[in-house]
Amino acid sequence: MAVEFEGGVVIGSDSRVSAGQSVVNRVMNKLSRLHDNVFCALSGSAADAQAVADVVDYQLDLHSIDMGGLPLVKAAANMVKDISYKYKEEMVAHLIVAGWDKSKGGQVYGTLGGMLIRQPFAVGGSGSTYIYGYVDSAYKKNMTKDDCHKFVANALSLAMNRDGSSGGVIYMVTITEKGTEDKVILGNELPQFFDDGL
Amino acid sequence: METLIMRQGFGVLPAQTETLAVLQVKRLPLRSYNEASRDPKSTPLLRRCSTDPGSGRVARTSGIAGSSDASVHVKLIVRGKMASLSVCQQSCGGFSFENCKRNALLESEFSKQGHYLPSARKTGTTICGVVYKDGVVLGADTRATEGMVVADKNCAKIHYISPNIYCCGAGTAADTEMTTQLISSNLELHSLSTGRLPRVATANRMLKQMLFRYQGYIGAALVLGGVDCTGPHLYSIYPHGSTDKLPYVTMGSGSLAAMAVFEDRYKEDMEEEEAKQLVRDAIAAGIFNDLGSGSNVDLCVITKNKIDYLRPHDLANKKGVRSGSYKYKRGTTGVVTKSVTQLDLEVIDEVVQTMDTS
Repeated sequence: MAVEFEGGVVIGSDSRVSAGQSVVNRVMNKLSRLHDNVFCALSGSAADAQAVADVVDYQLDLHSIDMGGLPLVKAAANMVKDISYKYKEEMVAHLIVAGWDKSKGGQVYGTLGGMLIRQPFAVGGSGSTYIYGYVDSAYKKNMTKDDCHKFVANALSLAMNRDGSSGGVIYMVTITEKGTEDKVILGNELPQFFDDGL
Repeated sequence: METLIMRQGFGVLPAQTETLAVLQVKRLPLRSYNEASRDPKSTPLLRRCSTDPGSGRVARTSGIAGSSDASVHVKLIVRGKMASLSVCQQSCGGFSFENCKRNALLESEFSKQGHYLPSARKTGTTICGVVYKDGVVLGADTRATEGMVVADKNCAKIHYISPNIYCCGAGTAADTEMTTQLISSNLELHSLSTGRLPRVATANRMLKQMLFRYQGYIGAALVLGGVDCTGPHLYSIYPHGSTDKLPYVTMGSGSLAAMAVFEDRYKEDMEEEEAKQLVRDAIAAGIFNDLGSGSNVDLCVITKNKIDYLRPHDLANKKGVRSGSYKYKRGTTGVVTKSVTQLDLEVIDEVVQTMDTS
């Protein structure tokens, strides 16, 4: 998921990669760097998502050299959207693009199915269905950076508790004018909620 | 076997092309064959036989329809010269569906006759890798299965990619073999071009991009490990093209058994002997608890300055010696009559053929 605040965005993901019933990687960082100021969160088929992220990483690199500066988040989202739309029948992957640029500040774009839509916050992946109610009720306008951290950590933790295909640790990246900050919340540090007796 | 079709001009290809496709049809009643030659529109025996002038290697048939009253035994022999080798075979578009129609037709025809096409030989397999203090240790079992039968009791699953990079392969044996050979070749050209020792990340990129292009139809699940100027690296690569970079990985049907051992005993910065023992134990867990894996343990230890390709490292399943003899004593069967006939054999011709064992 990703959420914007005044001056930047916070983007976060879980870390579980499964093949059938087996977890093949329990520490996968699903936040992929598209550029210094733009990251994307991967979901769906690992192969498709990684392939799209790699292609857009390359295209954005060229684009930013052509334009002589950091790319617009909308440009990155557009590239992801173009690929997602063109190959929408063949691929099963959803990338949420989020970042910071000088013209519009922090932005979050959803590209599900090949659309391009700017949202104050976006959730995606198999676990997202379990937390729509939570994020709709907990989101407030004009949150601070720390509020956003708590919001993302809580939402992801709730989803990881309920969804079988989500779990592991939480990776979070905060993107602002100054740059990026990484954070990892390990399994024992996750926010705790009702868990039937525990 | 008659080469009827050749003479009738169905399968003859212009002499300029470097390929020759010989189709041999056995016991074909004349009636259906004449019908085919008379009316090319109705169920022709051979629809089209074409060459690919670009590669100059393969002659493809796009359809073979056998009539139900003829027993058609079709054997396709391709003789061709290799066209000029292209440097660093680049991709050209997505998956090539050219042979799918022909393959489906052949398969249905064969099964109608009661024959079956050989199934792809899978390697069942337990493969794994671990990063330790000075480098990487890769391990693999040595059983190759074809359905429920062991096709090869001692096959080599650790493939060479470059002097400092090796790759274990699980899944379809031919796919892993060919894929690793292709990438090894391309990587060598790339390394000559850059003038540097290849990096593991480069091999990973090449493998994942090729496997993704084929959308999972190439059944190759790989564990890629090596040491380059940036240190030791270990990747697992799945048939659909996704990769994971981890300190320890397992793949194949025995991967769960091996992963259990790793999760219990893996530590960061192990010594070489400890790492080798850990990998050996993980593969052994796969060998003894998974039906698709068996026989011996092969190891490959890669460090900055040397490679130790230990094949076999551990003969876990040595064939035993029979404890009793089952031969019958002379006299167990009563002999009623005995007659000896001398056969007059003359040595007419003695030929010595040298075998090319290079």
